[in-house]
Amino acid sequence: MDLITMNNLTNEESISLLEDAKKLVPVAEGSVHLPLLQGKVLANLFFENSTRTRLSFETAMKRLGGEVLNLSEVGSSVKKGETLYDTMQMIDGYADVAAIRHPKQGAAQYAADAVNIPILNAGDGAGNHPTQTLLDLFTIRQGQGKIEGLNVLLVGDLRYGRTVHSLSHALGRFGASLTLVSPNSLKMPEEIVSDLKSMGCDVQESDNLSSSLESSDVVYMTRIQRERFPDEAEYEKVAGIYKLSKENLSSVRSGMMIMHPLPRVNEIHSSIDSTQYAWYFKQAFNGVPTRMALLCRSLGVDVPEVIG
Amino acid sequence: MRRVSAICNGTVIDHIPAGNALQVLRMLHIDGSQSNPISLVMNVPSSKVVRKDVLKIEDRELSQEELDRLALVASSASIAIIRNYGVAEKRQIELGEELVDIAKCSFFNCITQNSSEPLPHRLKVLSTDPIEIRCAYCTRSQSLAQIIDSLI
Ligand SMILES: [Zn+2]
Repeated sequence: MDLITMNNLTNEESISLLEDAKKLVPVAEGSVHLPLLQGKVLANLFFENSTRTRLSFETAMKRLGGEVLNLSEVGSSVKKGETLYDTMQMIDGYADVAAIRHPKQGAAQYAADAVNIPILNAGDGAGNHPTQTLLDLFTIRQGQGKIEGLNVLLVGDLRYGRTVHSLSHALGRFGASLTLVSPNSLKMPEEIVSDLKSMGCDVQESDNLSSSLESSDVVYMTRIQRERFPDEAEYEKVAGIYKLSKENLSSVRSGMMIMHPLPRVNEIHSSIDSTQYAWYFKQAFNGVPTRMALLCRSLGVDVPEVIG
Repeated sequence: MRRVSAICNGTVIDHIPAGNALQVLRMLHIDGSQSNPISLVMNVPSSKVVRKDVLKIEDRELSQEELDRLALVASSASIAIIRNYGVAEKRQIELGEELVDIAKCSFFNCITQNSSEPLPHRLKVLSTDPIEIRCAYCTRSQSLAQIIDSLI
């Protein structure tokens, strides 16, 4: 089974994956040995650098007893002009499943069409990054026990950030209410907002972070990237307008979660790291059990009901 | 008034929306390099529509697959296969769920922009009214104008 976009999964399938991931947490932490994928090989095809995602896939596979091929030299064969199709033909013979990260949009679906082994999209251009969405959903359920009915604040660069595009769709599907906080120049694309509304999602838009904090269950921060702006002055206008530090959190809900796909720049002050609100490091770790569950599913291996 | 004489054998595509006949030719890969006679009239008054284009292709019977390529520019056209000056068959154009190797995706950062990549170009037809077509790989929407500009 491939995972190219979140649309490949029904809500029930997503929940079942997240339940498997929950069971696999002790294995991800290394406290339980469970070699479910012994003898299986994952190819990590990173045509563009993303150390966090690559290491997360690698750890997930190894914790389940599988092997990993890291094709960093793939970059050089691409420079020699090899097509993605040809690279995939080689991989088809070496691996049982592949995770692919590629600068070109549509590359993951293309790779899936080119070979028989299951393909997991680890980010394609400005397109999809479904394993990030799954680990975000996992983290929200871990902290709140549910997704439906939550007030989720998405903050920062909502225009270019594919993470928040994909996450907002998923949250809408699961019945969360969304408040979209961004400067006017980085607003969520209109077609996504109208998609969300047409699926019955309660969506508010704002440019003010502090006024929305008190009523939110999850605050999902993103960084505003310099390279999105043609000139420095435009960037300086919006850089650093949404910053959280401990002082901002005096009247928030006690179970409120602060999340961030990382790396952060200055959106979340380190004074928050040691508070109950800080979920971003757990969130990053959650990529491991989530990707473990996904690897099992794509290879047709059932996760046992009771582990440990 | 008959502007083009009847043909003995071949295919007549009638009621092409006025002005679209050149696109029909492109979609059928008719570019003048073939030796069979082709007659084309454009913007003729019609009883069914205000104006129409008509294309007569002699000595060639278009297959259903070739005709279905025309759905984007001439979905309402009527097609007759002619044998010995008579209509041997009438055919309809149908827009399928996917356009395979008919047009390229026009998004600049799509994987299919690399012309060395060998897999077929696939555009998915999500709806016909209003028309919504997306690349099967990058999922970007493609306008009709973009598709016509990117015909293979
Ligand atoms: Zn495309």
